[in-house]
Amino acid sequence: MNRFPLWKNALIAVTLVLGLLYTLPNFFGEVPAVQVSSIKATIKVDTQLLSRVEDTLKTAAIAHTGLFADQHSIRVRLADTDTQLKAKDVIEKALNPDPSDSSYSVALNLLSASPSWLTGIHALPMYLGLDLRGGVHFLLQVDMKGALTKRLDSTGADLRSLLRDKNIRHGGIGRERETIVIKFRDADSRDKARGVIADAQPDLDLTDRQDAGDSGDFKLTATLKQTAEKRIQEFAIKQNITTLHNRINELGVAEPVIQQQGADRIVVQLPGVQDTAKAKDILGRTATLELRMVDDESSGNASVMELAAKGQPPVSTEYYVERGGRPLLVRKQVMLTGERLTDAQAGFDSQTQEPAVHLTLDSAGARIFKDLTRDNVGKRMAILLVEKGKGEVVTAPVIRTEIGGGRVQISGRMSTVEANDVALLLRAGSLAAPMEIIEERTIGPSLGADNIAKGFNSTMWGFIAIAVFMTIYYLLFGFVSVVALSANLLFLVALLSLLQATLTLPGIAAIALTLGMAIDANVLINERVREELRGGNTPQAAITAGYERAWATILDSNVTTLIAGVALLIFGSGPVRGFAVVHCLGILTSMFSSVVLSRGLINLIYGRRRKLMSLSIGQIWKPGVKTK
Amino acid sequence: MEFFRIKKDIPFMRHALVFNVISLITFLAAVFFLATRGLHLSIEFTGGTLVEVGYAQSADIEKIRKQLDTDGFVDTQVQNFGSSRDVLIRVPLLKTERKDTETSKVGERVMASLAKVSDGGTPTLKRVEFVGPQVGKELAEDGAMALLLVVIGIVVYLAFRFEWRFAVSAIIANLHDVIIILGFFAFFQWEFSLPVLAAVLAVLGYSVNESVVVFDRVRETFKKKRGLTTPEVLNHAITSTISRTIITHGSTQMMVTSMLIFGGAALHYFALALTIGILFGIYSSVLVASPLVMWMGVSREQFIKAKKDKPEGMTEDGACV
Repeated sequence: MNRFPLWKNALIAVTLVLGLLYTLPNFFGEVPAVQVSSIKATIKVDTQLLSRVEDTLKTAAIAHTGLFADQHSIRVRLADTDTQLKAKDVIEKALNPDPSDSSYSVALNLLSASPSWLTGIHALPMYLGLDLRGGVHFLLQVDMKGALTKRLDSTGADLRSLLRDKNIRHGGIGRERETIVIKFRDADSRDKARGVIADAQPDLDLTDRQDAGDSGDFKLTATLKQTAEKRIQEFAIKQNITTLHNRINELGVAEPVIQQQGADRIVVQLPGVQDTAKAKDILGRTATLELRMVDDESSGNASVMELAAKGQPPVSTEYYVERGGRPLLVRKQVMLTGERLTDAQAGFDSQTQEPAVHLTLDSAGARIFKDLTRDNVGKRMAILLVEKGKGEVVTAPVIRTEIGGGRVQISGRMSTVEANDVALLLRAGSLAAPMEIIEERTIGPSLGADNIAKGFNSTMWGFIAIAVFMTIYYLLFGFVSVVALSANLLFLVALLSLLQATLTLPGIAAIALTLGMAIDANVLINERVREELRGGNTPQAAITAGYERAWATILDSNVTTLIAGVALLIFGSGPVRGFAVVHCLGILTSMFSSVVLSRGLINLIYGRRRKLMSLSIGQIWKPGVKTK
Repeated sequence: MEFFRIKKDIPFMRHALVFNVISLITFLAAVFFLATRGLHLSIEFTGGTLVEVGYAQSADIEKIRKQLDTDGFVDTQVQNFGSSRDVLIRVPLLKTERKDTETSKVGERVMASLAKVSDGGTPTLKRVEFVGPQVGKELAEDGAMALLLVVIGIVVYLAFRFEWRFAVSAIIANLHDVIIILGFFAFFQWEFSLPVLAAVLAVLGYSVNESVVVFDRVRETFKKKRGLTTPEVLNHAITSTISRTIITHGSTQMMVTSMLIFGGAALHYFALALTIGILFGIYSSVLVASPLVMWMGVSREQFIKAKKDKPEGMTEDGACV
């Protein structure tokens, strides 16, 4: 008897239901939507903003079909493109009253039209790659050498001031490629310097060098330790990614992708963007940090402030509103810029345990900062982030004591989240290392739609051809194979939707190819069953033996295909990776559908019949026996 | 319906030498064309810029070419892509010392140049691809690494599952497929792109299936039927799986043909590589791999030995038959 235990049938039923459920969103298509996201790292997208957007739409009498919020954005689903444009204008006006200084980006987007209960269980449509939806793709190479030399240059300056502080005479400090060379007149001062430097700069490896040519010159060379080098590179790429994030947010791109690829590369994908020139311009722009003094006297004067708010600040000062809403006047003279900042990390005040931001300045910056704080105890300084020529006061703390050593702590009135934001913002000010575009791809939207149609048609017609052939050749068993193949397609699409793996044109080709290959398992089974029948087995025994014998072969052949798939997955990049993902997933789903699912169906059809005389698997021809 | 009504085992192995000679000749021809003509690599490997534009009417390729020449583009290729209204322009990387940020702007410069073509109509930009020199080199290296990994993986797996003789002959047979596919691409100067590479590797894994299925039968026959010579066993294994081989490959080919017809220019070479791979895959994995196994001296004893671990001592006698 060929019957599956209940749990096996239940498993098949459950997988089918799950497959259907997660495939479903792909059929609903997309509806126009408006997406709101924050441009400034200091402004969060929260429930307050959600209700604000909702109220704005209500007052403008625009009906929406759904409001969604996630960590980074709010999305409003709308009935048609007309209302979409109207809603965008209304929201834009409400959220960004001053167009020259906008805090939010309001972008047109498309959202899945699937009902919200589907979205609720994370059933989303497949994520389409750029070649299917159109957009720009950049691959940026971070110049790690640049990051290292930048660091070495600043370390050289640090060493110079260190040796001066310690009164050690040297004959010059210079950088030769990836090493810093310090010259000394005698061995004594070199030894002394070595000790001092080793204490102050744990990141450096120090070695003595005596060149053959120069007599009487004692040299000390310093190179960055491997671990330090690695740390600097990791920091550089992280900072560049953060900076890119902030910049791209301004473009108002609905779903940008910014990811690290390998050790020193960044992928930027901007769906829907056609204007590559503008995108490149924005990617290449810099933002800077400025440190200026607050004009405390005028800031305390209510009448002056009132005038300043109207655009008439006192001479040589500028009017700003600090984060948190307090207005203040800041002197125009810049005391320190972000170039002197080597790091900014969120942490806690060692005494009060308040959240704080720890800044690290290079040696020149540290000296300036020391002088600045010594001369201005009790006064306030403002830390500004200048972007697009517009500044924003991130914080304006009171200077309590002179601060030396280049380590600065900003604390007070900050939550942990805010501290993180400020640290990120300060780091994000500029690029840690220069970048260059090493790969660029722009795909027009019409080409994307075209590619989808072509991929879909290839798969559909290929599938129909196989289905027709299988049903004619193997009759009922063929039909069951086709059902199993459809289930395979269902599972594959469901998995791709669930994993939100990027579907590209090669990915669609992989779906087609995988289906074409997956039928192999069913052909193997059907041929085996026929063979068993030919060998004189009873139909029931033939089913059992056919499936069991074919299984080993199916496993073997799938493993070899999988090896190829995995190799592509490891070494493939871009379009090939999309192919490999689908190919590997497809092989896995095909093993289930072609063996377990088709067996389940056959069992349902034939399993209970005790007196089964024949199987509908096409004519069985036996050698020596004449067929009708 | 049943296509294959084979009364007796077909004596494939009688012609083993012929098959191997045919393979050798095609293989050498492929190597010859690869060596003399080389592959026409896509810009993904060579680096450079590719611009695809669409026109409302048929585009005048000659005029576009002239305009690009006068605007200082060197060695550009201009050709139709898919239809007469779509044009593909390839600009190789400049050899002169220019900054990479400059080269990444080639796409914009090409568009500006196209706009100047007299009464050519305004082209719509469909696609721009720019690949820097460092990326191309890496892709080629990665491709080679992927191929190596596939070969090692398959050999190890087959050696583990069957016997080293099977593993070696399967991989030789299928690598010779890969070379033949590449030979076709070299001979016709078809564009060898990343998706084509993916197709080649996928087809490599797929064709090995074929050998696996045959070898599976060989093993089974060795164990089940006594008194058959090695060529007879191979003949039996091939004959009893030939129906499945043809039907499976036929089905896969239906899908690939559909891609060839409906997939458009983007999937053309991908599907083409698969087609060649599938056709030669049938031939080589069955008719090349099996003779190789035979030359390497596969025999019944090798499988009986494997069974020795099992408690039944009867197998010892089997070896004497």
